[in-house]
Amino acid sequence: MVRDYLYPEYEVVRDRDKCIACRVCERQCANEVHRYDEELEKMTADSSKCVNCHRCVCLCPTHALKIVKSDHTFKVNANWTNEAISDVIRQAGTGATLLASMGNPQEYPVYWDKMLINASQVTNPSIDPLREPMETRTYLGKKPHKIERDKKGDIVPNTPPRIELSTPIMFSAMSYGSISYNAHASLARAAQELGILYNTGEGGLHKDFYKYGPNTIVQVASGRFGVYEDYLNAGAAIEIKMGQGAKPGIGGHLPGAKIVGDISRTRMIPEGTDAISPAPHHDIYSIEDLRQLVFSLKEACDYKKPVIVKIAAVHNVAAIASGIARSGADIIAIDGYRGGTGAAPKRIRDNVGIPIELALASVDQRLRDEGIRGDVSVVVGGSIRNSADIVKAIALGADAVYIATSALLALGCHLCRSCQAGKCNWGIATQVPELVRRLNPDDGAERLVNLVNAWTHEIKEMMGGMGINSIEALRGNRLMLRGIGLNEKELEILGIKHAGE
Amino acid sequence: MKRVYAKEEWCLGCHLCEYQCAFANSGLKNMVYALKGKKINPRIQVEGDNKISLAVQCRHCDEPLCVYGCISGALSKDENGTVVIDTEKCVGCFTCILSCPYGAIMPSDDHKAVQKCQLCLNNSVGEPACVKGCPNRALVYEEIPD
Repeated sequence: MVRDYLYPEYEVVRDRDKCIACRVCERQCANEVHRYDEELEKMTADSSKCVNCHRCVCLCPTHALKIVKSDHTFKVNANWTNEAISDVIRQAGTGATLLASMGNPQEYPVYWDKMLINASQVTNPSIDPLREPMETRTYLGKKPHKIERDKKGDIVPNTPPRIELSTPIMFSAMSYGSISYNAHASLARAAQELGILYNTGEGGLHKDFYKYGPNTIVQVASGRFGVYEDYLNAGAAIEIKMGQGAKPGIGGHLPGAKIVGDISRTRMIPEGTDAISPAPHHDIYSIEDLRQLVFSLKEACDYKKPVIVKIAAVHNVAAIASGIARSGADIIAIDGYRGGTGAAPKRIRDNVGIPIELALASVDQRLRDEGIRGDVSVVVGGSIRNSADIVKAIALGADAVYIATSALLALGCHLCRSCQAGKCNWGIATQVPELVRRLNPDDGAERLVNLVNAWTHEIKEMMGGMGINSIEALRGNRLMLRGIGLNEKELEILGIKHAGE
Repeated sequence: MKRVYAKEEWCLGCHLCEYQCAFANSGLKNMVYALKGKKINPRIQVEGDNKISLAVQCRHCDEPLCVYGCISGALSKDENGTVVIDTEKCVGCFTCILSCPYGAIMPSDDHKAVQKCQLCLNNSVGEPACVKGCPNRALVYEEIPD
């Protein structure tokens, strides 16, 4: 309808002096923004189709393109922002839920940025990680309550199944279907090279990737797609997905159009059928029910794999985590409200859940208070943006972190937040063969390895500065953190002092 | 010898290699000056369509039909195995164009001589510009043992 016309939010700006009309932008845009006008003999652009993914910007050989935020505006209103007005107009036109993807972009506080890290001066020496050993290796899983010895006095190896990580970073769950084959291949190869783990997400495991099993976490979600005995035994750990930070309390829906070929086979559902993950697991309505699933899975893998239970960070997260720790799970993964998604209702993504920093601090404290912290490892995710976020997370009590948005950024994602359209120009969130091909796993894996190596190096630098030479000594060491610009309540929840104290 | 190899699996058909080639052999320092408003005549050419494509350029054959057929001695294999063209000697008979099984030799802009890929060893780039400019590693410059 003409009267519903919304002016594009972003505009393509072409420097005519630089454009050589090579038409790379036109060939590379799946949204068909660019077009060569034969009559005018020049390139034109239709900004209304642009999702601001920067594919054309990056590939333009003369850097003649940029994308700018449009200065077109409704009458300025601090309450009725352009976005608020546009959303109402869209919904009045369609009657539909607004869909969005990737993490919550709203202006909520980022607590990582309100915490500062300590360093040694004079009284305790800092450590130079280039000259002295610095341990980032970490193990996830239950810790034995006591050391047992046999009659000869030798230690009885009674450690429950664990995950070994060379650095406290894992790639979090993204299903095959929500991301492409090549994106999965990149993550799997990088995880193997780095000595860390990636996560299949809920879409099953493609047969080509079984060989990366020792570096794979296989996920069991409410849809149970692709779950069978070999799958459960293929990975290094099994994750039960109860919730996701981007959309706590709701399920998933991969449209039938994407359930083709290998995705249909991997998910074990007929081609063209919608893959619907229910909001709850229909067999889990209590911690006791969860315990049954945890032990069913352990039984299926002969008690050889640790079981992770992943939840979204919500209001009662500490009590929920306490229940999970008692359910027999080995690892609790908590996903904060900034966590990404391939598609979620916008209102849910932007308004449901709580910050991961607060959730982590309260869970760690609660488990300590109850004396069950050693029964589980805690992994956090939901917008870990850099190595400092990781250091802060570990100091707050995390055993390791999950990264996904930053991993996708390494693969080429520019956070245009249009995954739900399935036309990802970077070959990540798409199943269109010509687009999937744009992500060469040789390149993708190398960039992921670079990113994690760079972060690990920075983590060592920061630990060295604090005079700490192992991740274990940083874990839960909240004295290494100080708050800045936080009120008493926030400091209390985070369990840290204010800067200057 | 090190050659440029095309990997069809990863070729996006974006044609950037052609523009990088034309720029590298233009002798100019700025791509805009070199290519703006001009029809390019690159030494590498992308064949195929949006579904399947790959970039074709001189294979620097061990048995180079172009060199054997050259009537003026303009084409030769240098000590590294690169098939090179001496444009001073080329008389523009185009026998090599007819004999190349890959279509990797073409007339130069002025049609007085032929041009072909010399792996950018003869220009200021020093390594194949097409490989450097490929956004998806669909072109590699390496030595693959026979």
